Parts: sequence; C-alpha cells; structure tokens
Amino acid sequence: MSEQRVIGIDLGTTNSLVAFMAGEQPVVIPGEDGLLLVPSVVAIPPADIGAASAQRAIVGNGAAKYLASSPDRVIYSAKRLMGRGIEDIQEELKLFPFHLAEDIQPGEVLRLRVGDSEYTPSEISAFVLRQLKQNAERYFGAAVSKAVITVPAYFNDAQRQATKDAGRMAGLEVLRLVNEPTAAALAYGLDRQHDGIVAVYDLGGGTFDISILKLHEGIFEVMATNGDTHLGGDDIDNLLIAIALDDIHGDRGIDLRGNAEAVQAIRKAVIEAKIALSADHFTLLNVELPGGFKYQRKIERAQFESLIQPVLDRTTAPCKRALKDAGITAAEIDEVVLVGGSTRIPKVRSMVEELFDLGARGKKPHTELNPDEVVALGAAVQANILSSGSIATESMLLLDVTPLSLGIEALGGVVAKVIQRNSTIPASATEHFTTGVEGQTNVAIHVVQGERELAKDCRSLARFDLKGIPPMSAGLPRIEVKFLIDANGILQVSAREQRSGKQAEIEVKPTYGLTDEQVESMILESFDYAESDIEQRQLIEAKNEANTILAAVDKAPLHAAWKQLSNEERTRIGLLRDELAVLKDGEDLKLLRGATEALDKATHRFAELMMDSAVSTALQGKTMESAGESLGEAPNAPHPFAAAEFKPAAGHDSQPQ
Amino acid sequence: MNQSADVVATITESDRSAACPFCGSPTEEADLFCGACGRLLPLASGISYFDVFALPRKLKLDVQALEREFYRLSRRLHPDAYARASQQEQDWSLANSSFLNDAYRTLKDPIKRTEYLLKLEGILSADEGGTKKEDRVPPDMLEEVFELNMQLDEMRMNRKTGEDDPQLHMDLLAAKTSFDDQLKADNANLELLWEKWDASVDNADDPRKHAIKAEIAALLDRRRYIRNLVNSVDEALEG
Repeated sequence: MSEQRVIGIDLGTTNSLVAFMAGEQPVVIPGEDGLLLVPSVVAIPPADIGAASAQRAIVGNGAAKYLASSPDRVIYSAKRLMGRGIEDIQEELKLFPFHLAEDIQPGEVLRLRVGDSEYTPSEISAFVLRQLKQNAERYFGAAVSKAVITVPAYFNDAQRQATKDAGRMAGLEVLRLVNEPTAAALAYGLDRQHDGIVAVYDLGGGTFDISILKLHEGIFEVMATNGDTHLGGDDIDNLLIAIALDDIHGDRGIDLRGNAEAVQAIRKAVIEAKIALSADHFTLLNVELPGGFKYQRKIERAQFESLIQPVLDRTTAPCKRALKDAGITAAEIDEVVLVGGSTRIPKVRSMVEELFDLGARGKKPHTELNPDEVVALGAAVQANILSSGSIATESMLLLDVTPLSLGIEALGGVVAKVIQRNSTIPASATEHFTTGVEGQTNVAIHVVQGERELAKDCRSLARFDLKGIPPMSAGLPRIEVKFLIDANGILQVSAREQRSGKQAEIEVKPTYGLTDEQVESMILESFDYAESDIEQRQLIEAKNEANTILAAVDKAPLHAAWKQLSNEERTRIGLLRDELAVLKDGEDLKLLRGATEALDKATHRFAELMMDSAVSTALQGKTMESAGESLGEAPNAPHPFAAAEFKPAAGHDSQPQ
Repeated sequence: MNQSADVVATITESDRSAACPFCGSPTEEADLFCGACGRLLPLASGISYFDVFALPRKLKLDVQALEREFYRLSRRLHPDAYARASQQEQDWSLANSSFLNDAYRTLKDPIKRTEYLLKLEGILSADEGGTKKEDRVPPDMLEEVFELNMQLDEMRMNRKTGEDDPQLHMDLLAAKTSFDDQLKADNANLELLWEKWDASVDNADDPRKHAIKAEIAALLDRRRYIRNLVNSVDEALEG
C-alpha cells in the first residue's frame, strides 16, 4: 500500500477508542482482548521486575488489575489534568487520587508521581495513544504514524497543545484536533446528509460540550459552542460515593475518605449501580469493603434522579448561551444528537427533550449510533477527509469555531479582545503595539483566553516578548502582531516592526505548556523501547496465532471430515504442522508467519469440509484458524474491567454496523 | 466600480509579484487562485474583505449570496484541502482561509460591515484609537440619560440594602423599551444611509461620499451609546 492509513482517535477521560474508514464506513478497531473501548488507565509497575521492562506502562484493561493491588501505580482520568496548573485542579484533587509531585509551582506543568518517577499528564496520555496506535498497527499489519485526535470543544489552547504534544510523544503526527461534538456530527452526517440545524449534546466522563451546527450540502458549519470542562459522569459517581462514605461513617464510625482502596471499591460499585438505574427502577448498591464487611444500600431511580439534578442543571446554562450566541431559539433546532456515556441516563434524555422543546414538536434526540463510539467514528471520518478521501466524504467540510475569546492584557489589567469566541477557525487578528520609553527594544505582551473583563480572571495562555525592536523615540515603532488560531484551535503568533520592516523576534513562554525541547526529550524516552516493543508484540501475537492453529490441527483427526482428505493432504498438513511446532519456539517473526500461513492454507479444504458437515450454518471460505474457534480454542479471554461500566443498557442503542 | 484615490494608492503598495508562482501566468491583485493553472495563490497584502468576495465597497448586501460564496470559497481554501500539499501551500491556505473567515464574519453582520467600511475609508471607530465619541451624550438625549442615571444609582443602592421598589423596576423597564425603540429607528436610518452611500459610490460622487461617511459615523456612535445604556439597564435589572 503506497499511502499509510490515517487513524481517528477519541482520547476520552474514561475510555479511548481508535477507528478508521473501512471503505465508505468508519469502523472502531478492537484491542487485543477484542474489546473496542480501551479504558484510559495507565499502570506503571515497579522497575525492579527487570531492567528490560523498566518504565513499561500497561494501558487499558490490563492496567486495571493493578488498581486493587497498588493503586498508587495506576493513573486514570489524566485528561482532567491536561494543560492545567496546580491552581486549576483543587476541586479535582479532593475527588480523584492523583499523586502529584510536591514541588509544583502555580503556572507550571503538572507532574504525577509514580514510585520514583514523574510523568506529565501528556506523557500519561501518550501511553494511551501509543496503545491505540499499536492496536491499529496490529489490526492493519502495517505501521501507523498519522492521526486525528478529538478534544472537548471547550478545551482551551493549553489543553489542546497538551493533547497535540501527547500525540507527538506517542510517535503520531497529529494532522488535526477535532472537537468531540463536531466529530459526532460528522459521524451522523455521513449517512443522513440533509440540511438543517443540529445541536450536539455531549456529556462524557469528565467534560460537557454543547455545539450547534448548520448543515448545508456537506458543509458542517459550527454556529456556536459552549461547555464545561469540569462536568461529566464522574461528578455523578462522586455524589454517590460521598453518600456511601457518609453512610459508612455514620453506621460504623469508620472514615474511609483517605483509603484509596476502599474508595476504589465504592467507585466501581457506584458505577455499576448508576448503569443499572438506566434500565431498572431500583438497584442495590453493593460494596465488598476491605476488612471483610459489606455495605449495601437500595437506590431508587427517582432518588437517583433528584440527587443528580444539580449536575444536570449545570448543562442548561451552557446550552442557553450557545443558542444565544448562534442567534437562534430552541425551536429552530431541527435535530439533537446525544453523545457520551452519561446520555444513557433516562433523566438526561428527558431533560434534553425539554430543553430543546423536542417533545412538543414530536421529535426525539438521536441515539442511533453508540454514544461511546460516535466520537471515534467521526474522528475516522475527518481522518479520511484529510487523507485520500472517499466517495462518502468527498463533499464534506467541517468549519469549526474557537470556543473562547482571545484577548490581550491592556493597561490596568483589562482584557482587550482580539478574536471573539465562536469565530470560525482558522481566524486571525492583527494588532499594533508601540514603545513607551525612548530607545526601548522589547515589548511584552500577555495573551489570555476567556470571557471575563479582567486578565486575572481569564486563562493565561502565554507571554510574548517582542525583541529586537530598532531603538527609536517612544511611540514611534509600529509593531504589527498577527494572532492566528489554526484549524486545531491552537494559537500562532508572528510579529513585524513596520517602520524597519524587520521581523521581530518572539519569545513565547506558554503558561502551562511544555517547550519543544521538553516534548522532544519525552519522545526519545518513550521511543527507546517503542520499536522493540512493536517487534516483541508482533512476535508474541504470531506465537499465539501459531498455538491456536496447532491446537486445532491436533484435534483435527477426531473430526469426521479428516477422513475425507486425501493421504497427500494429510501428510502435507502433518509436515507443515511439525515445521510450525519448531518455529513457534524461535524468534524469527517472518518464518513463523510464513509457516502459520502455509499450514492455514493447507487446512483450508479441511475447514470447509468440517463446516459443511457442521449443523447447517453455511460458513463458506473459513480456514483452520477461524474454524479453531468453533472447536473451543479461542485465545485470551477478555479482561473483565471494561465491561462493567460500559455495557450498554438494554434496549438503549444499536451497534453502529 | 469606482474607487477613490487613496484606495488605489494602497493597492499599488502591495508586495505580491504579479506572476503565478507555479505556472508564471500573470495574476490579478485580488485573485485567490491562478486563472491559468487554478492553484492557490498567496494573499496580496493590500486586499480588503470586499475584494475576497469580489464585491464593490457597498453597504447593501445579499447575505444569502454572501453565504453561498463563503461556502464555495471555503471548500477551495480550507486547510483540509491542503493536508497533503507542500508546507508553503499549507501556510497560504491557513492565511487565506483565516482571511476569508474574518471577512465573512465581518461582512455578514450589518454593523460590523459598516464599521469596517468606515475604517477602510479612513474613519477610525472608538476602539480603533479614535476619540471616544460614544462617551459623549447625544444632545437630544441629555434629559433622558440624566434621569436614567439617577434611577440606575437608586437601583444599585436598593440592591445593596436588599430593598425592592416595584415602581423603579417598572421605570427601568420602560426606559429599556424606549431605548430599544430608538435602536430600531437608528437601524432604519442606517439602512437609508446605506442606500445613499451605495448611490454615491455608483455616481463616483466623492464630496457626497465624504458627507455620508460622517453621517454614518455619527449614527454608529449614537447607536453604540444607546447599546451601552441598554446593557447598564439589563445589568441593573438582573443584578
């Protein structure tokens, strides 16, 4: 294949997924365990297991088993920390067991402590991204180096930059960051391209977004977006956890607040209860606590609904602001799309129906696509648009907006807005600056993002130092600074002194970002074993595959179909079997793959005969490898972790294919 | 289309060479693509938002036609279309599509469009470094504004002490209605001025253009002043 496939990644707070366009349809790529959702959980086991495996990270379901034994080596919900400073996350720290390095100053990139090592949130996310990249590579049997990654629409510049950095660390060229609700709209828009105004209500694990789009002949123009990057399903879990902790404290006089293991057990039970309540009218919260006692509590759906009402109410104001910014009323919304696992909660659905006046107009919100997968599917669509394209995406173009206004700190700490929120991106603004002192050769500019009047209430993005201004009288230099927000929602700045025509030098100090050098060094650290990692993994997988087919061949003579083969066929299978049995203990990937393929081919007719004789299911064209599964030799059972939280509630959604 | 002398001057200052960098064919200043080979061209520095849409500098504008043209140009200029092109073309696409987006955002909004035209014509609005005219009370509103300020002060005092004066609330609502009506009237007046402006452009009547420019600027200042008043009333009412 001449061109590499571009993958679409949904890097979620709770779960992540990778998808690609298979022809005209986006498809989610399963992990090794066969599951589509990869929990955004990273475990970093102690280095003393052996030098070779030092600092290896385990991602996803495999990381879960460390949650019980050594929770201090497991990091989840790292997305909550992306692009943030210590002063931003005080609320998070109360509710999530993040172990931060002790010496972090305000304005610095956060670092998480695991054993003796420290990791930035971007590095943790890079581990997740690398796992997704590997899943795709295993699936394609080819290298992958380009990706589209989704981010919450309401992510600011620092959070976007941190996500892009994570991609780079994982060895991915990030072709585009796409806003999650917009990605969902793309996924829906693929099948049903008719014009109108669509609202996407996206309540995920950790963030809430609302986007309003105008669809016109394949153009997806975002009219307005709003949201809350501190609001999601986790908040619902935390409410339930708080009640359980209070109960236990009251009943038994034990304060478990500081007990990570117990809180973890409660969190798991609470999530199960929450999911059950989407289908049932009551459920039993059932926690096996460390120390051998049980905590049980019956929860009724009505109780649950009134408990979470304050959380749901917090989504109302952003929706109203988005409508106002789009200049439309709720009744003008033609369709509403629901995204994110939390939109499975019946109360959320009824609230959305009311909010957008759907019931009165005989409409229902769209839930046809699995709300856990739809963002990844949309990312795959955008990836396809950016690569070779296809008939399905040919006429599609996404015009997104910047969620927050960009401003400069002016005299007295007041913000002068240069780019308004909800401006279509790419967007730019040109501002002119001058000097205040005779012979002054540099000018400092403070760039902020947000809607508040004072710079101190907005998000500090960066301080720019314009240097090398030719010495002139005060007020004479005319420095033109161009601010440009690119299609990823990330700011670029360039400057020019107009009188001398000299390109002014800009020194950028991102407030919460990593420098290029820092990102570079983090790439190298993970690269050291990335290459051998892939080889190792491929070898292990090839061996598993060989074992599967060998086991099936060994059972073959027991089957009636075996007797229908000719002597030559049986001999040939025997020879190839012996050859593979030897090679599978070796280290030569190429030979091993070749031998597996040869044996698989040689048993092709046998598999067919076997299938023909089996019941009546016409499974034509199957080979030994897949037939092996029907002989009860399916490899590696899936890990149990993901299923609990993400099992779709009965009757709520259909699978995307 | 006729243009005044100072506009012609800014255009000749442009630093873009006239030849297409790909095929060498001659290009026009406002061309976004080469007429011969169809490839993307770097944006000329002197062109205006009106030029991108190949529109004359007039104020009455078919917003639906503008949207259609915006979509058509977006398909050709957006960075998505250049994801696999050279770095240089990617840079041009980024610059050109951001200019297109800025142009569309400005021109589709009647007030922003009018303000932009004044700026092109050399009249600076208050936030562009001109004098803060909107701080000055329009003479015909002196009495009204004086009374309103008293009421606003009283409302703020009440809020502090927790008092509620229904009459005051009603008065403020009435004031707001009156200002809203004035804004509507101003909008109608603005449309009349647009027509006068467009006619003077058609007739290349420069002295007349000057006079209308000044009228429009005064009307925008007044409008801005009333808008600020409405915002203050809203704030006081909402607390």
